[in-house]
Parts: sequence; structure tokens; C-alpha cells
Amino acid sequence: MNKTPNNKAWFMVLPVLALVAFSAVIPLMTVVNYSMQDTFGNNVFFWAGTEWFQEILHSNRFWAAMGRNLAFSAIILCIEVSLGIFIALNMPRKGWGVPVCLVLMALPLLIPFNVVGTIWQVFGRIDIGLLGRTLAELGIAYNYVNNPVHAWITIILMDVWHWTSLVVLLCYAGLVSIPDAYYQAAKIDGASRWAVFRYIQLPKMHRVLLIAILLRFMDSFMIYTEPFVLTGGGPGNTTTFMSIDLVKLAIGEFNLGEAAAMSIVYFLIILLMSWVFYTVMTNYGTEKR
Amino acid sequence: MDLSWMAWTWPTATFFITIALLLVSMGVWEYFSPGGHPRVGLLRFETTRGDRLFVSLLGSAFINLAWLGLVGPNLWWALALSIVYAVGVFRWV
Repeated sequence: MNKTPNNKAWFMVLPVLALVAFSAVIPLMTVVNYSMQDTFGNNVFFWAGTEWFQEILHSNRFWAAMGRNLAFSAIILCIEVSLGIFIALNMPRKGWGVPVCLVLMALPLLIPFNVVGTIWQVFGRIDIGLLGRTLAELGIAYNYVNNPVHAWITIILMDVWHWTSLVVLLCYAGLVSIPDAYYQAAKIDGASRWAVFRYIQLPKMHRVLLIAILLRFMDSFMIYTEPFVLTGGGPGNTTTFMSIDLVKLAIGEFNLGEAAAMSIVYFLIILLMSWVFYTVMTNYGTEKR
Repeated sequence: MDLSWMAWTWPTATFFITIALLLVSMGVWEYFSPGGHPRVGLLRFETTRGDRLFVSLLGSAFINLAWLGLVGPNLWWALALSIVYAVGVFRWV
């Protein structure tokens, strides 16, 4: 069937375009302008060229923060994806257990980020927190305030507690969409539990899993509120992620030019990663057809 | 309208005007040759003209950043390299 090409529908996109321009494009242009200049306030700017970018690219502080971001994203992706699949596989498919599990899984996702940080801040305190106090009673010298390893473990646990549910819900949606006929055929063939997972469940989940990985990567790579509330980036700078460092640079030190240059580098990395994930998501499996 | 809060300079304005012109030319190209010319290239997945422009611009940004970090502040060679890269992307990706 031949369709008549009509591009007039693109005009319907204009309101969204105006909204995005107002909320994203114009601020981004301003950040680019700031990244090329230095200012001491009062709308007075001095041309700095690419100096801020050079400073950022040669700064140990920036690379250390990026290393922490990458390490954090890698750790939580490994834990949350495997744990999410495991929980989704073991959730009930019918009966009263389904709504109960779904509500329980959705609960952490409904809690605001700063509240999650506060909950874990209190939870981990060695004087009044359930976790901190229990560990202290067991003779474990746990203290996330002055021990970098403990701070990292607490932040990872907090993120796993907050976001594994998202992976679970997405995987569960993928699993319930598999028709029973697949399982019946596997049973007739005498397939093992692993074979069912490897050849039926995992392929059927791959799209939702890619979405889960993309969402979790994006969120974890721009994490700010929870570690900021829990540790404030400390002890020292050991939990200072790029977003926290950016705020310290822009608001704490009022170094707007350098902060703008750092924002652009940060933005480009996220843009690249998102494009890679998006391309993989949209093209995965198409070559097999 | 006072846009001084945006801290405009001629070099950054030129940069954005170039991007805007690129987008307009892509629109004109699409008008005369509709469909986006999809094809499977070097990356083994289908790309349209818009995809190729995006890959060119993103890659150029990283080429310039790498040049700044590894070589120095004179970006003319990085710009030339970016143009060669963009031509390569439009030709083979």
C-alpha cells in the first residue's frame, strides 16, 4: 500500500519543542557560554577560552570522581540486575501473593530520594540506628561516618534497597508475558531449570532487561541526593561523586566557569552512554531476522 | 529582550549558529531527498542521515576534548580531524 507522505504532523511537535527549548536547550546554551568564561558575579564575564576544559581534563579530582561514579554504577548494576532477575523468577505468578509482592516491590520506589538518604543515615547510626547498633552489639566496628569502606557499603546497600524493585518489576513484566506453551514444550523435552532460564526466560526478558540496565545506569551515574544526605561526600572525598563535586565546585566554591566545563564533559559522557544503550536496545536481534 | 544573563560571546554564538545551520541543511536535504537514506554501514546496524550527523557531532566533541587533554589548546587540527571523521561517518557508517 502506498502512503501519501504528509509531514504536516510534525507541526504537532512544536509545543514540545518550545517546552524543551525553554527547559533544556536554552539552559544548556548558557552552560556552554559560561564554560568559556570566568565570572565573579554581577553578570560580568571574562573570556577564558578552553582553559576550564583543560583544567578539568588535567584535574585528578575530576578523574577520581568519575572513577567513583563508574565503580558505583558497575557495582550496583551487577548486584541489582542479578538480584532483580532472581527475585522476579521467584515471585508468584498467580494467587493473592501477586498483588502483595507487587505492592511490596513498589514501596521503595515511592520514597523520595532525600527521605531514603535520611532513613539510611538514621538506620546506620551506631548510637540509635537499628543496623549500626546491631552491628556494634555483634562486635563489628561499623561506622560509615569515618570509614570509607563502610560508607561505600552503606551507599551501595541503600541503592540496592531503593532500586532493585525497579529491575524486579520490569523482569516480572517480561516473565509474565511468556506463554505457557513455551514451558509445556520445555517440560516435554525434559529441559532443566537452567535450560528453561537460558533459552526461554532470558531471551524473553532481554528487552526489559536492557531498559532496566539503561535506567539504572543513568540514575546511578547521576546519583546525588542519597549519598549527599547520607555521607555528604565523605569521609574525605571517598563518596564524592561527579554530581556532588559539581555542586561543590559551582555553589560551594562559586567557580562557575570550571563547573560549567565539568557539566559539559559529564553531559557528553551521559549522552554517549545513552546513545550506546539506545542503539543496542533498538538494534539487538534485528540482524537475526 | 535582555539576554546578558546568558553570557553570550561571538565564538559560542558562532558555534550554535553552525549547529543550527547544520540542522536546517539536514531539513533541506530531507525535503529534497525524503526518507533519511537508511543503510547498514560499518557499525552493522541501520543508520539514517540524522543518526550519522549525531554520531559525527558527538564524536567530534570527544575528538576535541581528547585533543585538549592530550595535545593542547590549539584546536584547529582537532577541528580538521573532526571534519575528516564526519566525512568518514557520512560515507561509511
